[in-house]
Amino acid sequence: MTATPTATSAPEAPATRRGSGVATTLLVAAVLLVAVVASLAIGPRALPPSVVLDALTAFDPTNPDHLVVTEVRLPRTVVGLLAGLALGPAGVLAQGLTRNPIAEPGILGLNTGAALAVVLAIGLLGIRSLTAYVWFGFLGAGLAAVIVAGVAGIGRSGTVSRGATSPATLALAGAALTAGLGSVTTAILLTDPDAFEDYRFWQVGSLAGRDLGIAGQAAPFVLAGLAVALLCGPTLNALALGDDVARSFGRRVERDRAVCGIALVVLAGSATAVAGPIAFVGLTVPHLVRVLTGPDHRRLLPVSALVAPTLLLVADVVGRVVASPREVQVGIVTAVLGAPVFIWFVRRKRFVR
Amino acid sequence: MTAAVAVLQEARARSRRRVVLVGSVLAVATLLAFLATVSLGEYPIPPGDLLSSLVGAGPARVEFVVTRLRLPRALAGLAVGASLGLAGALFQRLLRNPLASPDIIGVGAGASAAAVVALTMLGLSGLAVSGAAVLGAAATATLIVVLARRGRGSTGLHGVRFVLIGVGVGSALLAIVSWLMTTASLTTAQQTLLWLTGSLNNVSWASTTPLLVSVAVLVPLALVAAGALPRLELGDEAAAALGLAVERSRLLLLAVAVLLVAAAVAVAGPVSFVALVSGPVAARLAGPGRASLPHAALIGALLVLLADLVARHLLGDVPLPVGVVTGVIGAPYLLLLLARSRAGGTA
Repeated sequence: MTATPTATSAPEAPATRRGSGVATTLLVAAVLLVAVVASLAIGPRALPPSVVLDALTAFDPTNPDHLVVTEVRLPRTVVGLLAGLALGPAGVLAQGLTRNPIAEPGILGLNTGAALAVVLAIGLLGIRSLTAYVWFGFLGAGLAAVIVAGVAGIGRSGTVSRGATSPATLALAGAALTAGLGSVTTAILLTDPDAFEDYRFWQVGSLAGRDLGIAGQAAPFVLAGLAVALLCGPTLNALALGDDVARSFGRRVERDRAVCGIALVVLAGSATAVAGPIAFVGLTVPHLVRVLTGPDHRRLLPVSALVAPTLLLVADVVGRVVASPREVQVGIVTAVLGAPVFIWFVRRKRFVR
Repeated sequence: MTAAVAVLQEARARSRRRVVLVGSVLAVATLLAFLATVSLGEYPIPPGDLLSSLVGAGPARVEFVVTRLRLPRALAGLAVGASLGLAGALFQRLLRNPLASPDIIGVGAGASAAAVVALTMLGLSGLAVSGAAVLGAAATATLIVVLARRGRGSTGLHGVRFVLIGVGVGSALLAIVSWLMTTASLTTAQQTLLWLTGSLNNVSWASTTPLLVSVAVLVPLALVAAGALPRLELGDEAAAALGLAVERSRLLLLAVAVLLVAAAVAVAGPVSFVALVSGPVAARLAGPGRASLPHAALIGALLVLLADLVARHLLGDVPLPVGVVTGVIGAPYLLLLLARSRAGGTA
């Protein structure tokens, strides 16, 4: 008799957790929807949601309110959505692959690689368009990733002692590359005032001034990277137990790590390419989401993909109104407002890690 | 039994020999880099004149160049590198995270933010900026310690919590730095970038003397306090059982490391990468353990002196800031070590 309660509640427990998982996901998605509407409606010229809806469904080119929505706010909302969709899972991947809680998408040198490529494009080739920066950003991030992967031996078979990757090596190699490429960037900036003039506005990270064309260039990469990233949950769960345990589960650790690493590069590279280096979102979102979902990467990845764009869009709206008519860039708002929230989360007792 | 003991003793002796050998090589290399810094330049000084003017018996002109211009710079490079290298290694060991160098966990960002506010908003320069940097580093470190506190005796100074709070604080401060860079005029922003890169170009005795005094006090203190590290690394319970005042020794180590960073940053700015690279390189050359801390200081000093030599001569007449070169020299070297040591599995 005494065993009955345990016997009945034991199968229920996972079901309840799965149920609350769906509820969490729906709630997070609803909040994201609110953020999207807010991003379309709020700004120096505040618009009621009905006007926003009209502008999207029954567009009237003579109505200035409609033009504000379609020409200014829609592109930056789409860019914010894309960057967030990329940065959330990228943060989870970076922390999972390096097994280091302070890893962020930039840790593998991707952001500095992208930055150096953009600076070279400005300084040597005289290119001055955000559309072109997207491709240079991609190129730089990709080259940086190849170097880090080569040094850390990603994809090589064998145990750590026989030459494969250890998470600490991966993190240190990324940090080293970040410093090296950052130095070259600084050297160019110090000697080329024109490049510096453009770069100092690019490097804060912003959603403003990007048109839908830029979003269209990056969207296929973000969606492909996202699709692969969402499949990485079981891999990251296994890697969290250590390579040897993961291998004993029958996982092909090196191949899986390489696949997830490529997803990370594509996601982080596209986010940096469209919006500039916004590192803090990728660092914090996984930690915030872990409080909602627990440490299971299979849920952490999709929920992060919903929370990160919410955070970016809200920060962007705040940046538009807080110093109106001037704007504070989204990269600055996420870090300055996000840091206290993040610290409060870390200080909580229930902080999962 | 005795055979096993003999094998152990032999292994210990071998690792001790390696520590001493690597240390001596590093010390000699640092000395050579120091002498090269003093003798090379627009007005090259032959070794004979150099030695005589160091003891005050050289030709007046040579003595002026050596003691007024080159010596403060070389000593500052030595002290800045040693402080950053030692502080970085201490942070990494104390927080058990290879990424936990002061520039990543917020202390460097605090110094930078304070200095950039002084440069861009208050229009200060010179020693006032150095003072702001020291205050910024100390205030940020205090803030992180207070925020990481768990209450009731435990300071939560180790592990993930402290590091994450440091990174959070640091990110906010760096965002403020970025924002100030976009609002300042181009000229001011360029000066700010120069300071943020880290440079020895404006060093004089006025800034070198306080640095040397601080380093002379802090480095021995750090090496003595680091005696607690092996016990701390056993975990809190074990360390307490061995009679260690866990929280106090951790706080002392942290304070010394922060002060070392502050002293270095005040003189040269946040010279990039030295603090991050020195510890891992030392551990790979000398083997992990307490013995590698002096090595980390030597590697930091060597890196800064070599980088400054390159920075002064690379572009002819235009002296680059040393912080540009530390990354360019240090990063490939660490990457090479990482690629090679994967085989040894020391990472």
